[in-house]
Formats: sequence, C-alpha cells, structure tokens
Amino acid sequence: MKTRIAAYGYMALCYGFIFLPVGVLVLFSFQSGNLPVPPFNGPSLRWYEAAFSDDRLVSAFANSLLVGGFSSALSVLLGFLAAYGMARYDFPCKRLIEILIILPLAVSYLLVGMGLLVSASALGFGPSLVTVIIGHVVINMPLAFAICLAQLGEHQRKIEYAARDLGASTARILFSITAPMIAPALIAAFCLCFTLSWDEFLIAFLNTRFDVTLPVVIWSLLRGGLNPETNAAGAFIFLFSAGLILLVEVFLLRKRNA
Amino acid sequence: MIPHLHVEGLTKTYGDTAALNDVSLAVAAHDYVVLLGPSGSGKTTLLSVIGGFTEPSAGRVTIAGRDVTSLGPAARPTTTVFQDYALFPHMSVEKNVGFGLKLRRVAMPERRRRVERALEMVGLAGFGRRGIHELSGGQRQRVALARALIVEPEILLLDEPLGALDLNLRRQMQDELLQLQKRTGRCFVHVTHDQEEAMALATIIVVMNKGRIEDAGPPQRVYARPATRFAAAFMGESAELAATVISATTVRTEFGDLPVPTTAAPGSDLTIIIRPENIRADSSGATPLGQARITEAIFQGAHYRVLATSESGQNFILRLPPSAAPAQGAVLTLSCQEADLVPV
Repeated sequence: MKTRIAAYGYMALCYGFIFLPVGVLVLFSFQSGNLPVPPFNGPSLRWYEAAFSDDRLVSAFANSLLVGGFSSALSVLLGFLAAYGMARYDFPCKRLIEILIILPLAVSYLLVGMGLLVSASALGFGPSLVTVIIGHVVINMPLAFAICLAQLGEHQRKIEYAARDLGASTARILFSITAPMIAPALIAAFCLCFTLSWDEFLIAFLNTRFDVTLPVVIWSLLRGGLNPETNAAGAFIFLFSAGLILLVEVFLLRKRNA
Repeated sequence: MIPHLHVEGLTKTYGDTAALNDVSLAVAAHDYVVLLGPSGSGKTTLLSVIGGFTEPSAGRVTIAGRDVTSLGPAARPTTTVFQDYALFPHMSVEKNVGFGLKLRRVAMPERRRRVERALEMVGLAGFGRRGIHELSGGQRQRVALARALIVEPEILLLDEPLGALDLNLRRQMQDELLQLQKRTGRCFVHVTHDQEEAMALATIIVVMNKGRIEDAGPPQRVYARPATRFAAAFMGESAELAATVISATTVRTEFGDLPVPTTAAPGSDLTIIIRPENIRADSSGATPLGQARITEAIFQGAHYRVLATSESGQNFILRLPPSAAPAQGAVLTLSCQEADLVPV
C-alpha cells in the first residue's frame, strides 16, 4: 500500500513537472488583468481577442501553416520515395546511404540554420520562408524516411508484384498501391513533421527577416515583457500541436490494431 | 505442333547454388501443367522465371511463339495468382478485379461488364462492393483468380494457390480450378508440393528436384512408369527390388530372372518398382514374388495399407481389402503381373 502511494505520488510529481508550466500558461491566457501572474482574475477571452486581432500574430500563424504544410508534404514525399528505394532495390553502399539519409537527425538545428543562411546568401538569396521550408525538410525528412521504411515489409512487396504483373508501371504502383497501403504511416509522418516544424525556432529565426513564423513572433513578443496575449498565442499553438499528435496516435494505433 | 509455352535450357544460379539447372519444357495451349516437387526443388523459381519476376542466368522462355525472356512481368502475356493472394487491401473486390482492365484503359461501362462477368465466373456475383477484409480465404482466392483471368492472359501462373485452405475447401477449389481451366481454355501452370493435388488437376505433371526436371508427362504415365527413382518415390509408395541387367529384356533379382525391357547396359544395377495396388496377395500373378510376413497393417477406410517383409529382408507395401482383415505376423504369398514391374 505504501509503495503504491509512493508510486502514485512520484507519477503525480512527474506529470506535474511536465504539465504544470503548460497548465499555468493556459490558465493565465484567460487572465482578465494586464499581467499573466497570480492572482488569477477571470476567466476572460480578452487576450485571445487581442491575439487574433494582432496582425503580426495572424500573419505569423499563416506563415507557420505555410511552412509546416509545404515542408511536411515535401519531407513525407522525399522520405517515402527514399524508403521505397531502400526497401525494394539492392545497390552498392546501401547501408552507408541509409546512414547518410538518417544523419541530419543528429545535426544540431543551429548548424543547419547557420549553414542555410550562409549558403543562401552566398547564392544571392536573402532570408525567406523558402529557406525555412528547406531547413525544415532537412531536419524532418529523415524522420519521415524512418517511419516509411519501417512500414514497407515483404507482404506489400508481393502485392506490388501483383500490380506489376497486371501491367502497372513503377510510378503507378508507388502512388496507387504502395502509398495507399501505408497511408496511416504517411499521415502520421506528416503530422509529426508538421508538429516539429510548427515549434521550430532556431532555423526559422536565423532564416527570416520580415515574414516570420509563430515561434519567432512569440519570442519577440516576450522580449517586450510578460503579457497575457503571449499566453493566449502560446495556448493556441499548444492546442494545435496537441491535436496533431492526437491524430498521429489515432492513425498509428488504428494501424496496430488492424 | 508449336508449343504454347516453351522454356529451353533455363538456368538460374544464386552464388554457387543452382535453383534451376538446364530446365527445358514444352506444353500446349490447353494444358494444365503442375510443377511438383519438394521445397527447394526449383518449382517456384521456374514459375517466377516464366512470369518474368526472376531473370534467368541462361536460357529462353517463349510464349505463344514470342520470345519473352527479356520482358518484365507487366509486358508478358501471363498473370499470377500468388500464394497469399496479394489482393490490394485498400480496394473493393470490383476495384481489385478491374485493376488490370483499368491499366489497359478499358472504358468504364465495358470494364464494369467484364468485372461482373469475371466475378460470376468465380461464383462471387454480387460481391463487387465488399472490402477484401470482409472475405473468407476461399473467397479471396476467387477474387485473385478473377483478377488474374480478366486480362485474358495466355498463361495463368498459380503459386501454391490452395496452400492456405483447409482440406474440404481445397478439394472444392481443385474442382473449380479444373472447370475454370476448361471453360477459359487457357494454359494453367500450377506449383504445388502436394502429389494428390497434382494428380487431381494436371494434364501434364512436371516432377522437379534440385533444380532439374526428373520427369514430365501425363499423370497416369508419371505415376505408373516414372522416369526416375525420385519421381517414383515422390508420386507415391512402392516396393523397390534391387536388380542386375542380364540382357535388353531380362533382369536378375532375388526372385529369379524377370522379363523387364531396359536400355541399361548388361551388368549394371537398377531398381524395379512395383506400386502397392499391383501386388497380389496370392499366386494369381504371372510373376511370383515369394512369401512375406506382415509387419504392420494400417486400416485406411477403403483398404488396409500392409507392410510386409520377406525372409531375405525385401520390403513390400501392398493394399488389401478390409474384408481380408490382415493380421500382423501372417504370411502372404505375393505375385504381380509382368507389366507392373517398372525399371527406374
């Protein structure tokens, strides 16, 4: 009994440690006063209203959607194609190439961001959302690759054979047989990439100037001092990511139970 | 006759091992060919080479007079029914069956009509809108058949198609396969390791072992007069007598000189096989086989399977009717007809 209480206490502490800051952030986004600090007055949607009528926040929200959508779609497409090649063909240095594809996962975002900034300006491009999209593909594609590779087994190979046997081209097989068969994994990979892109600060900060993404705007808002409006924006971002993660769980779990 | 399917000198090596070793075969358009052999005999590799999935190291494949050796599976006039059916899990039954027609750009009304006809042919009329997961094993098998036959292949390849089905369903599907083959008039090439299935279906049985063809021919002939000892043993049980060739018409055994025509050189050793149903438990046959004591009698419904051994240690397998009620230890007088002595 005692160990049980201790175990539950420990669990409560852990979850408290993880979620208390988020809880406080969300709670004080409903603050009706001017500062996101106790005592809590409210609830009020005043700061949400302020956040949604703040042009900088709204345009950053749109930019984040744009960067997340494009970079995740590209990551999943490239990761899927790479995984297909890896799973279905034999070629020299296969293992080495696989490691090279996975490697960007281990490279620090700071290096990726700086490298991109330097390369882009060397090529004559200023900082822009396009560079950020490229950066996010660099960091997210390995993840999409790994998720797709894990899903491409021998069972689907037979089914692909059957399609080829009936006259299908490789492109046809890829997009009308293989992709639909691993659709849950593709969707999960997309959602994960999107969440990571949605939160990513360093690359986005280094490679943008005027069109910035949400984390960058929030960072600059925070520099101006504490404000429940930042809480509202943060709470909104959190709910958005949490929703996506929930989607991933649903798709992956459904796959496992099938 | 120009053979419909003609393979010549097919060899496939993986490193040092030869999965196929100089395999040649010619079959007609209306044949139901069964490739029979133990696992690792090369039968599946041969099927895969015919279908274009495996590139041979040497040799040629000709289908309906056209050399297809360098063509991929998509370009060949063959389709395959895979062992685990390999249906498209995300498509309905009718989408699965119509897939080949869609690739051939057959227009929708025509496609729908042909899909319906194909489903009717395999006894699945009205199942078009179901999902693959809603079907039983036998039904999936039929969908796989319809999907492969709808594109009217010159040759239908079947890779152990009945392996996953239970015994009753397997028998039923065997009958249906035969009917389908007759109705469509197409050449079927079917891989199995089940000798009974092979005999039930084939017009040509091809017995394979270690990448080679041991024997090929009509099932009756392959069973009664197998070309090799391996083919004899794989097609069913038999008593094996050791013999020495005396002349082109006579061999010497422990039961005396027997009239067996052979092309083997005088003085060489060979084996004579006698199928169980040809051994008589009396002296009514022209060739006496001496006496043997029953070591085991196993009741199998329609008959007893009897194992007997002579004093010299020669083993016999024979069949006795249930009315004979053979008992262990009883002594039988055995004989057979000259025509039942088969040299291998």
